[in-house]
Parts: sequence; C-alpha cells; structure tokens
Amino acid sequence: MDLSLKRRSLIGGVVLGVGALLGKLLPNSVFAQTLASADTSTPSGHSVPVHGGSMTMGDVDNARNGFDPQAILTDWDTGKASQLPNGQTLREFEISVAEQEVEIAPGVVYPAWTYNGRVPGPTLRVTEGDRVRIRFKNPGVHPHTLHFHGIHSARQDGIPGTLEAFPEQEVVYEFDAKPFGCHLYHCHSAPFKRHLHKGLYGAFIIDPDPQRHPDQPEQAQSRLLGTPQNAGWQEFLMVMNAFDTNFDDENEFYAINTIPHEFMKRPIRIERDRPVRVYLINVTEFDPINSFHLHGNFFDYYDHGTTLIPTLRTVDTVMQCQAQRGILEFTFQEHEPGIYMFHAHQSEFLELGWMSAFEVVA
Amino acid sequence: MKKTAWFWVILPLVALAIAIGVFLSSNPLEPLGVSAPPIEKLTVERTLLDDQGISLFVRASGSEPMQIAQVQVDGAYWNFTQTPPGELPRLQTAWIKLPYPWVRDETHHIRFITNTGIGFDHEIAVAVPTPQISLSRILAYALLGLYIGVMPVALGMLFYPALKQLGGQGMKFILALTVGMLAFLLVDTLEEGLDLATQSASAFSASALVWLVGITSFLAILAIGRRDGKSPEGKTLASYLALGIGWHNLGEGLAVGTAFAAGEAALGSLLVVGFTLHNITEGIGIAAPLVDARPKFRTFLGLVALAGLPAVIGTWIGAFTFSPHWAAVFLGIGVGAILQVMVEVGAYLVRTAHRSGSNWLSTVSLIGFSLGLVVMYGTALLVNF
Repeated sequence: MDLSLKRRSLIGGVVLGVGALLGKLLPNSVFAQTLASADTSTPSGHSVPVHGGSMTMGDVDNARNGFDPQAILTDWDTGKASQLPNGQTLREFEISVAEQEVEIAPGVVYPAWTYNGRVPGPTLRVTEGDRVRIRFKNPGVHPHTLHFHGIHSARQDGIPGTLEAFPEQEVVYEFDAKPFGCHLYHCHSAPFKRHLHKGLYGAFIIDPDPQRHPDQPEQAQSRLLGTPQNAGWQEFLMVMNAFDTNFDDENEFYAINTIPHEFMKRPIRIERDRPVRVYLINVTEFDPINSFHLHGNFFDYYDHGTTLIPTLRTVDTVMQCQAQRGILEFTFQEHEPGIYMFHAHQSEFLELGWMSAFEVVA
Repeated sequence: MKKTAWFWVILPLVALAIAIGVFLSSNPLEPLGVSAPPIEKLTVERTLLDDQGISLFVRASGSEPMQIAQVQVDGAYWNFTQTPPGELPRLQTAWIKLPYPWVRDETHHIRFITNTGIGFDHEIAVAVPTPQISLSRILAYALLGLYIGVMPVALGMLFYPALKQLGGQGMKFILALTVGMLAFLLVDTLEEGLDLATQSASAFSASALVWLVGITSFLAILAIGRRDGKSPEGKTLASYLALGIGWHNLGEGLAVGTAFAAGEAALGSLLVVGFTLHNITEGIGIAAPLVDARPKFRTFLGLVALAGLPAVIGTWIGAFTFSPHWAAVFLGIGVGAILQVMVEVGAYLVRTAHRSGSNWLSTVSLIGFSLGLVVMYGTALLVNF
C-alpha cells in the first residue's frame, strides 16, 4: 500500500492548495491528515486482556511436546542414588538426545534438539561431593556432548574430541560434584552456537553439604534438598532461553523454561509466608545479556550460587551474561496478596515473551 | 469438424488428465528425496486504522496452506483475531484485527509469524485513521478527482482557438508535442503499474500481467479504432486520445486516493501549481486533432469528461477498496490505451505532413516531441519527491 509518490500522487495537492476555497467546502474529517479521535485505541467490550493484549495468542500443547514448563519449575532429578565402597554417594543419570519438533510458542513448531525430550533438559540436582555418573546416548544424526560447568578433569570436559557421542554412540561422564552452586550443562559440539540455541542445555544444581560449612550451617541446610529447613522454602528453576525460529541469528521468542508468556497467563502460585528461592540460569543465544526484574519487592542474589552469603543485597534487577547464573532469595511475607510480575527488563525480551508473574496468596 | 478430428481433440485432454492423476497418486519423484519445507508467502493488501486498532487484509500465496500463529506489532506479540480463522490455502484472504493502540503520524511495524516460525513484515509508514465511507468523504474525493483529472484537461482545451490559427508547421509541432507528452505518460503509467505489481501477491505474476494486458488492450483498441479500414482522425481521434488519457488519469486517481488514505500525501500550494502546469498539456493534446473539424461545445464537454472523470473513480477505488493486483491490471489497460493514441497521433502527424508536402521527420517535429517530454519531465520535478 505504500505507493511511491510519483507526480500523480501529489496531484492531491491541488485540492487543499487551491486552498481556502476547498478547505471551507470540505469537512475537516475528510482527509487522513486532519485530526481524528483514533490516536490511542483500546479494545472495548471485552474482559480486560492479559497485559493489555500485548501477549502471544493461544496456548502450547504441552502433552504433544511431552513436557510442561510449569512442571519444570520444580522438577528436580536427583538420579539413582547408591553408596560407593568409600562411603561416597553415587548419583547415576541417563540422558538421551532427541532431534524433534517442539511447539516453542503457541502454534509455532521449531525443529529443536533436546535432552530427554524437553527444553531445558532434566534438572540434575546433587549434593556437594557426590560422585555423578551420566550415561549419555545419542540416537540422532549429529554428534553431541554434555559439557558441565563445574570442577572436573579435562578428560571429562565433553567437547569435540573428548567424550563426544557420535550418532548411535554412548558415552559416560563421571566426576565429583563441586563447587556447590547453581550451574548448567550444555552441548559443546560444533557448530557450537547452533547446538546450543536449538535446545541442548539444562540446569545442574549442586546443593551445599552442611557438614562442610560449619560457619553457616543454617544457610547450607536450607539449600540442601530434602532437609526440613529446605522444605520451608518455595524453590523454582527458571532457565532464561530464546528461540530463533527463522534462523536469522536473532531470537523471535524469549521465555523462561521455553514457552513465552506461560507464567503471565498462568502465574506461579506463591504462599506468602514461605520464602522463595529462584535458581536462575541464562542460556539465551545471540543476545549478550538477559535480566530478571521483580515487581514490588527486592531480593538477595548469590552469583553462581557458589557462596552462602549474598553477593548482591537488596536489588530488584540482576543481569546475567550468556551462561551466567545465580540464586535469588526473597519473601512476600509483608506483602498484600496479588499478582507480582517479574520479567526481563530488556523491554524487547519482555514483549517477545519473557514476561511472567507470581500470584501471592495469603 | 469430422468425427476423427474430435477424437484428436479429446484424446490429448484425457491423456493429460490421466498423467496428472498418476503423478499425484504415485509420487514418482520420491527417489529424488525431495521433502523441502513448504514455501510460504504472505502479502498485505489493505491496511485499516481506526479506533479499534489495526486491521490488515492479507493474502496467502504459499505452496501449502499456511497458518498465522502469532503477530508482532513493533516487536511485541499482540492478541489478534483472524476472520475467517484457520489455515490459509493458496490465494486465500483473511482479515487480521489487532486491538493495538497505534500512535498518529508514527511508523508501525507488523510481523506475522507462521507455524513454521517464518516472519513476514509489513510497515505502516505513517499511521493515520483510514477514511471510512461516508457521503461527505465520497463527495470530497470526487472533488479531489475533478481537480486531478478534469480541471487541467479543461484548461488545456482552452488553447483550442489558438491552435486553429496555426499553419502546417505549427500543427506538426503541436502533434509532435502531443506524441512526446504521450511518451512520457506511457513510461510513467508502465512504471506505476509495475510498481503496484510488486506489491501484489506473487502468485498473480502481476508484472507479467501489466505487460500482457498492455499489449492486448493496445491491439484491441487499435483494431476497434481502425475497424473502418483507416486511422481515426478529427473527433474520433480526439476521443481515443481522451480515452487513453482517461485511463492514465484513473491510475493517477488510484495513486492519489491510496496515498491520501494512507496518510502519505503531503500537501502544499507548490504542488497545485506544479500539477496544473504538468497536466495542462493533456488538454492541448486532445484538442489538437480537432483543428480541422468544427466541434460543438458539447463535444468538448464530452472529451473533458472522458479524459478527466476516470480520475474521480480512481480516487474512490484508491481510498476505499484498493487492491494492488486489480490496480496493476487497470494500469496495464492504460498502457495499451496510451500506446494506441501514440500510434494514431503519430500516423495523423505523418498524414498532415504528407498533405502539406513536407517530411514528418523534421526539425520542427523533433523539437515538438522533445519539448513534450521536457515539459512533462520538468513539471514532474515540482510534484515528485
């Protein structure tokens, strides 16, 4: 419709140019250039749409995808635990790659690569000092690896040439879990960027062992899954990710746990009197940083989760570069119940899907 | 036809049907391993802005039915409704309504994301409310069309008494000037048509359509004009001139109407002067073949209406029911009509020169032709940007 204005386009000039004469004859509203009432329209006659209608349409079929972003919030995989002769706990995991289509936004199907059929992959949660053994299968057609962020030997690094699983192959990774904190694992096969942004990443959480931290036993206990202290907390895993659906090296959809606006449409329920801990990981590709901003509240932040005292106190926004992660702790104890948003404060990401909310209930 | 002849008409058709049926049912290309993703294409044909938000009339031209999954406005996903809902088969159209609080005079970018994750972009260059149909608007656009089409032609025809005083050389000059003017209009109309063609759905091959319609209508109008075995002259030639220029003015009206409706036409008094100068030549051209005749006043009125009124219709279509592929077809007809009058006015020029015993190709006619082009080009400088 954007007709180039050749000479004839402006013939229209005649009308108003002839000027006063015609201007008097014509009603003011005739031409688009004159003032009208439609500057800022709002939809009317309907119930108030979520976030003013600035929202993806419809819902993703979680059953077809085989995973639910809400469930991923609290789906800790502690593996098959057993005791080694030396008394150390052995945790065994099985991870398999799948090259499959995933509905990464309502109605939008993306040719993803997944760990165990989900994006992000399974959340591995172990305790500091555990022996971790992961059996990694690759039934796909591309080579893949598991590269863990943690302290381990070069032989366990999971890069091209080192414990890389070629198609139809199986490799085993084994190392001791350290340091405690909020970490991640991802594929490190080449081309690196593509293997990452197609969905090969997941959370790797190492809880502190209270016996190793006699100075801060309470804090360590509260972080350790399975303790009564930990049961008092409401813990959530949030992986900030994004998808480049047209492969132009820019993301079309942003989210936590893959599905855009999921937690805006169905806010995360929070009991007001129990404190909240968020394991936040940034795996967004193409954009150098991502961020987390909490409405109406402030939090303490533990960068990488590798300390028991906050690295940032009383902030409401934190930014993470690619692969950076950390732990957020906050409480709504003094707050009125209601909807408290949280989102990337890059407004671009927010409007393209990374917009969420807590529903605080008394 | 004989029976055997009919047989040889029907047999190839039946064989064709069988060949297609076999191809579609057996997938013989399977060994090629072709499983390419479907080609998707989406064209926005109309944009409406009102107090309910933004409405877009889209046409799909993908190789398979396509689905609009999400819509971004200015980089934000936005709720929308699609009527009719569901998949869009090839060449199917739908209205997409977005309750978006657009901002007057600013630019908005729309991106449609299909189910395969591909994006199609559409820009609203300057957001202004789209004019709704009402009596006052229809009249106002009619008035706009009168000023575009009728006024300059009528003013140009006022030169008629002066033309009558011209001698053989002077007439040759004026006719050559007319051919030059028509040459400019031909190029301009063709350009406009091809430009519109690029905005229409690719499946229509609209730029080919502009050429084909142009050639066909040229031949058709030429044949009609010469159905008595000789080239039209006098009143008849003037009528064909008016017809050709009328088609061109229809295109003019279309462009102005859409530009106004889309808020793209800026106004200024310089443009008024520019336009009047620019199009006045059209009237002179139409009047030229009448020099040897004794036309009635009614004839002049009829010619002005034929050449000028299409601009009114053009502004209406452009403002209220624009679709780029139809506009391209109209301009294709215009190309043919203008080419026809170029040929006929040229033939008339040759005959006039022959009668006066001179060569049609002379310094006078060359100067006239060039001046026609120069005047049109020069005055176009006032209205192009």
